This record gives sequence, C-alpha cells and structure tokens, in this order.
Amino acid sequence: MITLTINKISITVDEGTTIAAAILNAGVTAFRKSVTGEPRGAVCGMGICFECRVTIDGIAHQRSCNVIAADGMEVVTDE
Amino acid sequence: MNKVTTDVLIVGGGPAGMSAAVAASGNDDVRITVVDDNPRIGGQIWRAELGKLKSVEALELLALLDQQWITLVNNASVFSNDGSSVLAETPSGRIQIEYKSLILATGARERLLPFPGWTLPNVLGAAGLQALVKGGLDVQDKRIVVAGTGPLLLVAAEYLTSKGARIVAICEQTTNKKLDRFALGLWRSPSKIVQGISLRSKLRGIPYYRNAWVTKADLQSVTIQHFGQTTDIECDMFACGFHLVPNIELAQLLGCEVADGFVSVDDYQQTSISDVYCAGEPTSIGGVEAAVVEGKIAGFAATGQIIEANSLFRARKKTTAFAKALDQAFELRDELKTLAASSTIVCRCEDVQYGKLTDHDDFRMAKLQTRCGMGACQGRICGAAVEFLFGWKDRSVRPPIFPVKMENL
Ligand SMILES: Cc1cc2nc3c(=O)[nH]c(=O)nc-3n(C[C@H](O)[C@H](O)[C@H](O)COP(=O)(O)OP(=O)(O)OC[C@H]3O[C@@H](n4cnc5c(N)ncnc54)[C@H](O)[C@@H]3O)c2cc1C
Ligand code: FES
Repeated sequence: MITLTINKISITVDEGTTIAAAILNAGVTAFRKSVTGEPRGAVCGMGICFECRVTIDGIAHQRSCNVIAADGMEVVTDE
Repeated sequence: MNKVTTDVLIVGGGPAGMSAAVAASGNDDVRITVVDDNPRIGGQIWRAELGKLKSVEALELLALLDQQWITLVNNASVFSNDGSSVLAETPSGRIQIEYKSLILATGARERLLPFPGWTLPNVLGAAGLQALVKGGLDVQDKRIVVAGTGPLLLVAAEYLTSKGARIVAICEQTTNKKLDRFALGLWRSPSKIVQGISLRSKLRGIPYYRNAWVTKADLQSVTIQHFGQTTDIECDMFACGFHLVPNIELAQLLGCEVADGFVSVDDYQQTSISDVYCAGEPTSIGGVEAAVVEGKIAGFAATGQIIEANSLFRARKKTTAFAKALDQAFELRDELKTLAASSTIVCRCEDVQYGKLTDHDDFRMAKLQTRCGMGACQGRICGAAVEFLFGWKDRSVRPPIFPVKMENL
C-alpha cells in the first residue's frame, strides 16, 4: 500500500494507482480551476486533455492521470 | 542533454509500437528504441493491466520485447524534431534520439463534443473513465450513464460493470440501420472488436438505447434525447465519448502527408517521407488487430525484411475494411452539432464559449481572436470538436507539440 496526502489529508491507495484515481477516491472532484474559475476534473484519463493538472510535491501543473502514486507524495488540488 | 542513437526509433508503446519493435528485432543487426510518454508500456488497451493480461498476443509481445537490443524508454514525451532526430522530455530532463528510421505509432484519443454541462467534474470521457478505473479509481456502486458512439461504449460499460459500477443506461447515437449493417458485416471482421459487440450479451439487463444522445448534463443527472422525447436519467457520473480521433501531430510536425485527417502510408506503412513509417490508429481507426498487423509490417519493412512484410498484406486488407465499416457505422449525426448553447464552453483550456466562435470563418482566425485551441492541450480536445461543428481543419502544428518545461525547450 502507498500513503500520500491530498490537500493535507492522508490517504492510502494500492500500488500502481494514478494520482488522478487517488484524488477521486479521496472524494475530491475539483482538480484545478479553469481560467474563468470553474472547477474541473479528469476527463480523458490518458494525458491529452490537461484537465487533471494538480500540484505534486510543490511542482504545479502536473497531469495527475499520468503519475503513479508514491509514498509520501503531497498533492494539492483546485489551484 | 542526453543524446542517444538508434537504428529504428518507435514512438508509441501500444500494440502497434510493440509489434513494430518485435518485428524489427527479427533483423539482429539493428538497435531498436521504443519511447512512450506513459509510465507503463502497453498503450491504451494493455497498459494498466500488464500484471493480469489475458491476451496471449500481448503476453507474447511483452516477452519478446525483453531483448537486449530493444531499449524501452518510458515517461518520455516526444515534443519536437531536429533533422533525423527527435527531442523528448523526461522527468530527468531532455533527451535527443537520433535514428535511421522512424516508426510513428502514436495511437488515438477519444473525441469529446461540447454540450451544456460537459465541463462539470462528474462528466468524463467513456474510454477516459475506463482508463481512470484501470488506474485504480474505485467505481463500486456508482451509478453511471455511458453515452456517445462507437464500440468502446460497450467495452467501457462492461469493464465498469466488472468493477462494481451500476451502469444505468448506454446511449448510442447512431441509427439502428447503421448498427445492423455493421453487425451483419462482422463475420468477415477481425475478432477482437467484435468482442465489443458480443459484450452486449454480458451487459444484459442494462438498457441499451440506439438513436439516443445526450442534450445536457448536471451534477445529478443527464438528459437524453431518444425518438423525439427527452428523458432525465439520474446518475453519479456521466461517461461520454464519440469514438476516436488519431494522434497525428508528430507526423504533421515532421511534414508527413495527411489525407482526411489520417497519415497517408504506402503498402509498407511508409509515409510520404522516406524512412518514416506510421502504424496503428494514426493511419485509420481499426482497433487492436489493425494496430498489430500494421506495426508488424512497419517493423519488418523498416529493417529490410520485405518477404515477411509482404506476407501480412492479406491480413491488413481485412483490418482496413473493418476500419472503414467502423467509420460508417458510427458516423456522427448532425443533431450533435446543435447541442452547444451560446454560453457552452468549447475550448476547455481557455474557456472559449460557443457563441464567441460562430462569427469566425476558420480556425486560424478563431485562434487569433479568441485563443480557442491555444491552451495547454493545444487543441487536442477542441480541435476535433470544431472540425465537426464548423468544418474547421487545423493544419498548423508547431513545436513543441506538448507543453514542456522552459529549460527543456
Ligand atoms: C482511452 C482509450 C481507451 C481504449 N480502450 C480500449 C479497450 O479497452 N479495448 C479496445 O479494444 N480498444 C481500446 N481503445 C482503442 C485502442 O486505442 C486500440 O484498440 C489500440 O490500443 C490501438 O493501438 P495503437 O498502438 O495504435 O495506439 P495506442 O494504444 O494508443 O498507443 C500509442 C502510444 O503512444 C504514446 N504516444 C503518443 N504520442 C506520443 C509522443 N509524442 N511521445 C511519446 N509517446 C507518445 C501514447 O501515450 C500511447 O501509449 C482505447 C482507446 C483510447 C483512446
Ligand atoms: S485526465 Fe486528461 S490529461 Fe489527465
């Protein structure tokens, strides 16, 4: 099992889980704010739409559907 | 910057790219490199299930890929080219890969179309939701409506059901007549996607509507149009995709000829540029069997194994016919052009509304005036939508074809 935090809340997921899946499993649906401030979430699941961008370990604009969760990661959404 | 040289470079590690690599390795004088932008090889269909794959073909390919003269580079997005080399961004910086021949096996993406509510966080692509579930998303007991068009709706619904989701309805926009004609032709088609259709038996009990399409969605329900009537269906998630569009940006950047949205290739899968080959979905949407056979032909041809390549032409004829049948069966109906309201966002990256686009004559002007298609996804989502809505085609592809970090440019 892998333990990471999403918006400072700790969550445990299976090995191999993507960050996008971990975020949704944590009950968070707003991944990012659009340029006019709308909440947006993952759509394509394959790195194409860029709607699932979040901050991972301080690095902004990471496509969370393309990143596999690792122990101790800190994920921040809705920025 | 890291520089690598290889004889055959394959961009894309899906069924087409994997098959190309294995075929090319039949010539043991060549070094082969496969790059893929995902953390895992396998492409859209095999990626997340590598540990529990049942497909014999996939397992064979994986075993064969494990050879010392095939190098796999994961997490590398090819974003530009430079002479006979490409540039890729990896988590540890940029690499340049020089090649003698290049095989483009970049696959396809889902076509998404705008309708009121499609930007809400509970609305996803159909194949997109399936991909997220393969990546560990829990859909147990979630009520899901699956809509749009194409065989992947059934594949996605079956997969979601197997993961405990409650599929409330499947809505296919195409007509009975087209679907029946397609089903009749299946006896001479590749077996794999046919599974998609026979899946319907596994989906017994789930309402399957033909001639049915979404008109709007909100956080609790979707509205479906079916034979002149609209019905609201309650659900937790809405999975909606309209078949696939090919990823041809890299081919375009290299200057390969494109016709009707697909990369043009000759009998040996060679593009209009010599020593640049293309296989799988960028040449036509024909499913996994087409990807495998085209990948093999490209891999053989790129390494001088012409007899081996020739022996596959017959098999490819079948998959090509199947791709055409898919195209006709799941052609989009005109009513889908009327779904977006004036305030519906079309470009999700720049939040450009439908009403802001209707005044423009072409994509170039619309881009300049509204920034439609100029955001992070570089028009990968809205490009296919405006092509359908307004007939706008976009031929201008500039590097980088994916956003990259400043220091890697
Ligand atoms: C989201 C999705 C889910 C699907 N699910 C199924 C399914 O369950 N069953 C089914 O029968 N069919 C499915 N399909 C259809 C499927 O695409 C084909 O059946 C088959 O996988 C096509 O193989 P391919 O090798 O041509 O492309 P793909 O499998 O798409 O492989 C292409 C690979 O190239 C990579 N790539 C693209 N551009 C670059 C670049 N510039 N740099 C580096 N790497 C790059 C991509 O990330 C991808 O891994 C799905 C399609 C999509 C879009
Ligand atoms: S969900 Fe589309 S890029 Fe991640």
